[in-house]
Amino acid sequence: MLSTPALVLAIVLFGLGLIGLLSRRNILYMLLSLEIMLNAAALAFIAGGARWGQADGEVMFLFILTLAAAEVSVALGIVLQLSHRFRTVDADALCELRG
Amino acid sequence: MEILFYIAATVTVLATLRVITHVHPVHALLYLVVALIALAFIFYLLGAQFAAALEIIIYGGAIMVLFIFVVMLLGPLAAEQEKSWLTPGAWIGPSILALVLLGEVGYLIAVGDHPVTIVAETQQKAVSIALYGPYIIAVELASMLLLPGLIGAYHLGRRISREDR
Repeated sequence: MLSTPALVLAIVLFGLGLIGLLSRRNILYMLLSLEIMLNAAALAFIAGGARWGQADGEVMFLFILTLAAAEVSVALGIVLQLSHRFRTVDADALCELRG
Repeated sequence: MEILFYIAATVTVLATLRVITHVHPVHALLYLVVALIALAFIFYLLGAQFAAALEIIIYGGAIMVLFIFVVMLLGPLAAEQEKSWLTPGAWIGPSILALVLLGEVGYLIAVGDHPVTIVAETQQKAVSIALYGPYIIAVELASMLLLPGLIGAYHLGRRISREDR
């Protein structure tokens, strides 16, 4: 049964994506880390669907795919705006609100 | 067959590690494509063939092409580095990982026995019936998500070209 190692792999991938998101300041790498975390979630859904023999896991995978496509198209537009206005791809450059 | 899963999982983790530690965006994208293909192989081993195909076509194809377009559009920030980006050495790491995956696929084809028998195979028909049956509201919500995505991407991209004129 491959479901348990698949879930462990999903946890490892999610952790790697989280580490990348928190440690990198280049906004392009932060987006790549988000993609890795979305993929880890998709893997967990597929593993769960395979474990119980239900179709819901793959249905949720389709929705994650849709979400990733919409998120990437908007986020890459923001990256282009950032590089165009601030001449950098450093996420820390967006500190005008002093939040 | 489980050894195939562990090899593909190792390839995935190694490629992902190289993604988050790499300096050059194009190299990181190459490794991410390899990680996505390895993940698609794992989906296939788990019995989700359609999800594996979608993972390669949409993630490895469409979304990665978007990322590559943006990396190339970042132009002035990266113009000096572009010559060093695609040196022959850059292809060695992803090529080795991809060759491992190719070996696994070749082994599967040579054996001829579909490995999906290790887990219960989720039927594509059941997925389609569930998608357009109980999940029909979520499908409508997904279409409502994609339209703002399209408009948002158009709006964010349009203002750059207008300011350039």
